[in-house]
Amino acid sequence: MKRFLQPCRVNLTLHSKTCRMRCSSSLSQRPGAASVCFPGAVNSKFTKTLKFELPSSYPAIPTYRAMAPDGEIIDPEFTPVPDQIALDMYVNMLGVCIMDMIMYDAQRQGRLSFYMTCQGEEGICVGSASVLEKADIVFSQYREAGVFKQRGFTFSDFMNQLCANKKDPGKGRNMPIHYGSKSLNMHTISSPLATQIPQAAGAAYALKLQRLTNPSIPSRIVACYFGEGAASEGDFHAALNIAATRSCPIIFICRNNGYAISTPTLEQYRGDGIASRGVGYGIDTIRVDGNDVFAVREVTRRAREIALQDGGRPVLIEAMSYRISHHSTSDDSFAYRARIEVEDWKRRDNPVSRLRRYLEKLGVWTDEHEHTTRTRLRKEILQAFAEAEEEKKPPISTMFEDIYEDMTSETKTQMLDLRSVLAAYPEEYDLTAFQGE
Amino acid sequence: MHSMILRSFIAPTFQKMRHSYALQAFSSNALQSSPKARLNIPIDFSSTPILAHSAEDAIANPELKSELSSGATKRMNLCQSINDALSLSMAKDDSVILFGEDIAFGGVFRCSLGLLERYGAERVFNTPLCEQGIVGFGIGAAAEGLKAVAEIQFADYIYPAFDQLVNEAAKFRYRDGTHGRHAGGLTVRMPCGGVGHGALYHSQSPESLFTHIPGLRVIIPRSPLQAKGLLMSAISSKDPCIFMEPKALYRATNEHVPTEVYKLPLSKAEILKEGKDITIVSYGQPIYTCSAAISAAEVDFGITIELIDLRTVYPWDKECVLQSVKKTGRCILVHESMINAGIGAEVAASIQEDKDTFLRLEAPIMRVAGWSIHMPLLYERFNIPDVTRIYDAIKKIINY
Repeated sequence: MKRFLQPCRVNLTLHSKTCRMRCSSSLSQRPGAASVCFPGAVNSKFTKTLKFELPSSYPAIPTYRAMAPDGEIIDPEFTPVPDQIALDMYVNMLGVCIMDMIMYDAQRQGRLSFYMTCQGEEGICVGSASVLEKADIVFSQYREAGVFKQRGFTFSDFMNQLCANKKDPGKGRNMPIHYGSKSLNMHTISSPLATQIPQAAGAAYALKLQRLTNPSIPSRIVACYFGEGAASEGDFHAALNIAATRSCPIIFICRNNGYAISTPTLEQYRGDGIASRGVGYGIDTIRVDGNDVFAVREVTRRAREIALQDGGRPVLIEAMSYRISHHSTSDDSFAYRARIEVEDWKRRDNPVSRLRRYLEKLGVWTDEHEHTTRTRLRKEILQAFAEAEEEKKPPISTMFEDIYEDMTSETKTQMLDLRSVLAAYPEEYDLTAFQGE
Repeated sequence: MHSMILRSFIAPTFQKMRHSYALQAFSSNALQSSPKARLNIPIDFSSTPILAHSAEDAIANPELKSELSSGATKRMNLCQSINDALSLSMAKDDSVILFGEDIAFGGVFRCSLGLLERYGAERVFNTPLCEQGIVGFGIGAAAEGLKAVAEIQFADYIYPAFDQLVNEAAKFRYRDGTHGRHAGGLTVRMPCGGVGHGALYHSQSPESLFTHIPGLRVIIPRSPLQAKGLLMSAISSKDPCIFMEPKALYRATNEHVPTEVYKLPLSKAEILKEGKDITIVSYGQPIYTCSAAISAAEVDFGITIELIDLRTVYPWDKECVLQSVKKTGRCILVHESMINAGIGAEVAASIQEDKDTFLRLEAPIMRVAGWSIHMPLLYERFNIPDVTRIYDAIKKIINY
């Protein structure tokens, strides 16, 4: 009896200690107190008015913009970026743009199994990535080619993955556009939506703990990208809540492009976008014009500073844009939205043309620059693509590796079983594309 | 996942149960047995040959010989040995963290008792009540170099995290290819199995759902000594591990456990008792039931029976089982979870598929397992394999 009761007594003391720490003023309600001291909401004032909070009575969270669609800087507080940085960002956005056009067509010609473009969202990716440190860890969804490009992914890196050749670090196991890079600290993309969000929170906690153990490590953050559709998944909720309660140094970057495949945002949520939810989790939140690469860059730069305050704090950025492209090569978006709407967005405003106007006003970019750069990028991409297509595929035995750290005897047996089938029926299989052994 | 009402209800219930185990270890079993019963009598954990009742018994374990530098042991129950494994792992390696629902105060089963005080709130902490978050967070932490030991309060509540386990943890290394990153630092602990009155959502044994997933290691210990060694191996393993703890054994089993750090091999079965006429393969809680049935049957039928504990149910030790069945020619598979597509199905198929072993079979392979139903509150003792059902299977297989 005694042995059993003892832990309980210890536990009760601990429990009341925690309560005192949480609500130091008092555990019980003081007579005449103006606000609640329930443990669940410590600063809530009492009211005699019975009133429901109406979402419609709150103004929509404003969208921060530094540069107007004509390329004019409108935020007086905004410090212009050095010309070279702006030019680099522009060329990276253009590069992704041209790669998208070429690879989309390549998929249409049957030279790739699948592709997803990121037209309209180059600004969010390039702008945010331009202020991340190389040591920061990135988790992406799949429409973040601009982040990869800005962080140093080469056209050959893209092409080797897209072609699933033997130079693909993913060993030809994953669908196209599921990029990853250890040296650039970018986790490999997986198809299930939103699963990376709680993982990113856990990774951020690891960075925080590593720095607590060894303060000489430079402080790092995690940046986690996802679309507004993915934010409906339970994993989004899980991640923001745990990142807040564990004070993780992380920036959640939501690309709100208006559509999740065919589903418009009206069928995705009824609140004020994704940003309004951040506040509910106790997370510092901002909404930004995703077509304004400078606004995204500035917002991310400040978010990174906040994320590192007090040992770690999550931040949510909702970057607004429009998905100009089809969802993927398996989707014809004109089945659910008007061609004119898309054309209108393309013409009216997009992140690439906006930055181009800025650079032209500055006098550092001309039609001639545009022409020669486009020609150069096109050539580089086509060459990387041709080389990647030429490469052999990895050896077939690759399919059995990396399930566990060491191959199990079950897998070894199955590998030999497949090998003997391939040997016994050589006419049934075309192995010419694969590298031997 | 489960409601707060149920949570606050169940904790005192389990405390009450622990109470009865501490004072009268077998009272709940005693209530179930018929006064005339010869087979279905309560398992006497104080005399079962499965547990190490003395320090000598514990140290005599051949797997431990090279691991231990001294023979110091301490009597521990399963909760205490898991606590010891967690504590030693944290002391040995700063990158080990422990998290889950209600673990900071010691956990609803007391497995993490005292660890917050010893290792600090940054390494031992409560998470919000969200299983997909717990496992997702653990995967990310593991991918960035921590050894993340996550607790799911009951195995019955793992399903919200199924996507994270199946699509993410298990495939992380495979999809990362030559980059070589993985979620191997992740260990997910969860209490499992029947406990007398857990009904639908506090009794489940979902191990076979995980054994269909390449990339995960699924481990189920049978005793305090085994739990400590296997858990220490799971935490240091470079593969994501599911560590299922039969909660009925948390307080029922007490044995001498070496106090030092030691590891037991994963994916290795253990022959608990040698025999030549029948092989019985099981794991977790039913090992004790099998042992009791074997004792009765060997006397009654004048045969000897080999008992194998799989310990790791995936990737499992096929070689050990095949060798045994080649010798005995008969095999019975026993587990608490449902018959349909259970561990027994995979083991039985593998036995008949091996052409040498197939030729040695003298009787059909038999399965004694939970019926293919949900765990009902009132009828648990008719659902979980008991001594009588295993005894009956032995009788049938030798008379075939």
